[in-house]
Amino acid sequence: MNKSSIAYIVSIATLVVAIWLGVSIGTVDIPLSTFWNKGADEIATNILWKIRMPRVLLAGLVGASLAIAGAAFQGLLKNPLADPYTLGVSSGASVGAVMTLFFGLSLPILGAYTLPVFSMIGAALTMFLVLGFARLVDRAMKMETIILTGIIFGSFLGSVLSLMIALTGEELRQIIGWLLGSVSMRGWNYITMILPFVIIGSAMLWFNRRELNAMLFGEERAHHLGVNVKRRKFMILIGGSILTGSAVAVSGTIGFIGLVVPHMTRLMWGTDHRHLLTLSFMNGASLLIICDLVARTIISPTELPVGVITAFIGAPVFAFIFYRQRRRGAM
Amino acid sequence: MLQVENLSGGYGDELVVKSVSFDVKKGEVLGILGPNGSGKSTLLKIISGILSAQSGSVTIDGKKASDYTQKEFARKVAVLPQLHAHAFSHSVRETVELGRYPHQTGIFSSWSNKDELAVTEAMKSTAVSRYEKQSIELLSGGEQQRVFVAQALAQVAPILLLDEPTNHLDIAHQQQLLDTIRKEAVEKGLTVISVFHDINLAALYCDRLLLMDNGKISKIGRPQEVVKEQAIENVYHARIKTQPHPELPKPQITLLPDVNGEKIATKVTRANFFSSEEFVVFRASQPLKTVSSAVHNAGLGWYRTFVNRHVDSAYNYDDVKSEMADYLETKGFPLTETVAMMTAVTTEHVEIGEYEGGFGKVFIAVTAGIGNAVDVSQALSRDETPKVGTINTWVIINGELPDEAFIQAMITATEAKSKALQVEKIKDPLTDTIATGTSTDSILIAATQQGKLLPYAGPITELGKLIAQGVFDCTVKAIQAYKKAKGWST
Repeated sequence: MNKSSIAYIVSIATLVVAIWLGVSIGTVDIPLSTFWNKGADEIATNILWKIRMPRVLLAGLVGASLAIAGAAFQGLLKNPLADPYTLGVSSGASVGAVMTLFFGLSLPILGAYTLPVFSMIGAALTMFLVLGFARLVDRAMKMETIILTGIIFGSFLGSVLSLMIALTGEELRQIIGWLLGSVSMRGWNYITMILPFVIIGSAMLWFNRRELNAMLFGEERAHHLGVNVKRRKFMILIGGSILTGSAVAVSGTIGFIGLVVPHMTRLMWGTDHRHLLTLSFMNGASLLIICDLVARTIISPTELPVGVITAFIGAPVFAFIFYRQRRRGAM
Repeated sequence: MLQVENLSGGYGDELVVKSVSFDVKKGEVLGILGPNGSGKSTLLKIISGILSAQSGSVTIDGKKASDYTQKEFARKVAVLPQLHAHAFSHSVRETVELGRYPHQTGIFSSWSNKDELAVTEAMKSTAVSRYEKQSIELLSGGEQQRVFVAQALAQVAPILLLDEPTNHLDIAHQQQLLDTIRKEAVEKGLTVISVFHDINLAALYCDRLLLMDNGKISKIGRPQEVVKEQAIENVYHARIKTQPHPELPKPQITLLPDVNGEKIATKVTRANFFSSEEFVVFRASQPLKTVSSAVHNAGLGWYRTFVNRHVDSAYNYDDVKSEMADYLETKGFPLTETVAMMTAVTTEHVEIGEYEGGFGKVFIAVTAGIGNAVDVSQALSRDETPKVGTINTWVIINGELPDEAFIQAMITATEAKSKALQVEKIKDPLTDTIATGTSTDSILIAATQQGKLLPYAGPITELGKLIAQGVFDCTVKAIQAYKKAKGWST
């Protein structure tokens, strides 16, 4: 059996185990038999299908989106420190969401979905502004230009966020809670809301898996290999931004998944994007499901924001990877 | 295969390439030369489509380059870049497989046998198959560059563009890389256009060279037509000299560094000579430019010490050269600085003459053994092996001689020697005719390459007259000494 089949088997197994743990562990333990046993305890069935399952699936989708977007951005920007938030899209999404909380907005038709919808609009606006501005500065849209533009817009929107937080009163806890990221109490509607974006965004990235491989050698090299660099770059940036925007919209800014998962996957299974994207997708899902499980059980009954856990696990893991890479570079 | 017509382009409004036209035939290797900033890399970038042309056109296989889609173009033209560092690392095989990108169409395009074959073939011809699974960042620069050659070859494009492909490579890797590419051109008809920094490498490996100067073509043609002192000096503003390659009919250049200030004045005097019964030695303080038919360090070179060694007439070794080297070593002569020849004559009988000219002095040293005299006009009928019996002639000149003057000096000295034999009535014992020399004569011409330039050394030039007179006199005297020593009556 070759390396990539092992990688897929391990990743799928991890994901299945993560889902199983995610749905069964909690304040009430749900036996696995609840899935198929029609005569099972009604409360258990309710908890499984109405609370645990949507929560686990949402965590999975968010984790998967962030991880695959991170893998694509790191490859495209040829920068191991890039993550889905590099382009400033998440700041845009956050501004949209925090604005909803700050002004206590609730549009009649949207109701409870006002926040995620506004958040997505914020993400989309930011993405087009960043790409449009980068194009204005440099028609060739070099990666350096895009990164710098992302940083400019990101820090500007970050200060808008800080301003709203500074001026806020009783919604502070709510805003901070959202910013730290969480997937609790979202329900199936959230899943149906982001699922199309996850599919479209992931497909856009996956169709560019070979182009990403070529672009690792630089845009000029990719051009020589026959890649239509400009178009492909655009597709990847937009695909990644769709994923990031929708993930942030439903769960807040969950850090480190998009940075760490692609790194670990690359270290274990190699740089080839033909596998890296899919594997990162699965591993991102698994990791966020586990992190969410830890977040809601570790000091039960109090629930921690999942963003705290990902950073808690993510930072040391990242430090370790960084150390290993540097050590290898020094040899 | 590829036509470039009136091509102009550059960065922004600034034209770096100005109205360049040329064409390249299938299987041809064209080298682009030029100083920094002459537009050679820009020209390559416009051809490869990285920069767009402002005017003019590039035509590939009868179709405008701009009419190709990106993938179609990559199926026609592969590019090998200069070596770069990369943030993430593919394995060698993954890297080479990327070369198949332009051949894969459709979203789910699968890997075909043809793809596999091209990759295997490319890795084989660049000898990277054994690294297949390794990560490229762990390979050395030379190995990495070979992997990228494999990637370009896996593209199986009929045209290969290279931008200073040998940058940062040591000479062995430079050679390997260019040998591989040359082989592809000769055996498979690959058309190659390459930018070169190194004029010598370009002259060795290219069928034609294109010399760029300030965005325009200064010269295009075979290496012999382009690599010329004047043409190169005009474009590069560097002092150079051309010389033929020792094995191939290709020109090579050498820089002429500005070291006049460091030059130590050398003058050859009679005091530089020393003779004993073992050898005649000439020692100079600085190396002299020397042409000789000696045993040790024959040919052209720069040497400080000349040795004319006495050997027994029974001297007989299979490997004369290594015996001579051993001898020089035991006597303390530095092997790399010494020219050495041998004679059976008593070296104390060396005839050393000093001849004053307007430019400086010329020294002649002759040892003559004539037991083995030969009349060259009758030489065809001889069939015995040569015996020891030699006239060794040294001509050492205070002056600067071009190559042709060295050759003229040899002719003049040889004629004077023959005349001396004639005057002394030395006969070829076999044919009983007047001899012209012996069967193993040696000559050495050396010059300080300082002072006055002496362009010619024919027999009626100032230098030639001295050589002729000197060699004649010294040879006559040396023959007389030889006769006397042998007890011949005169």
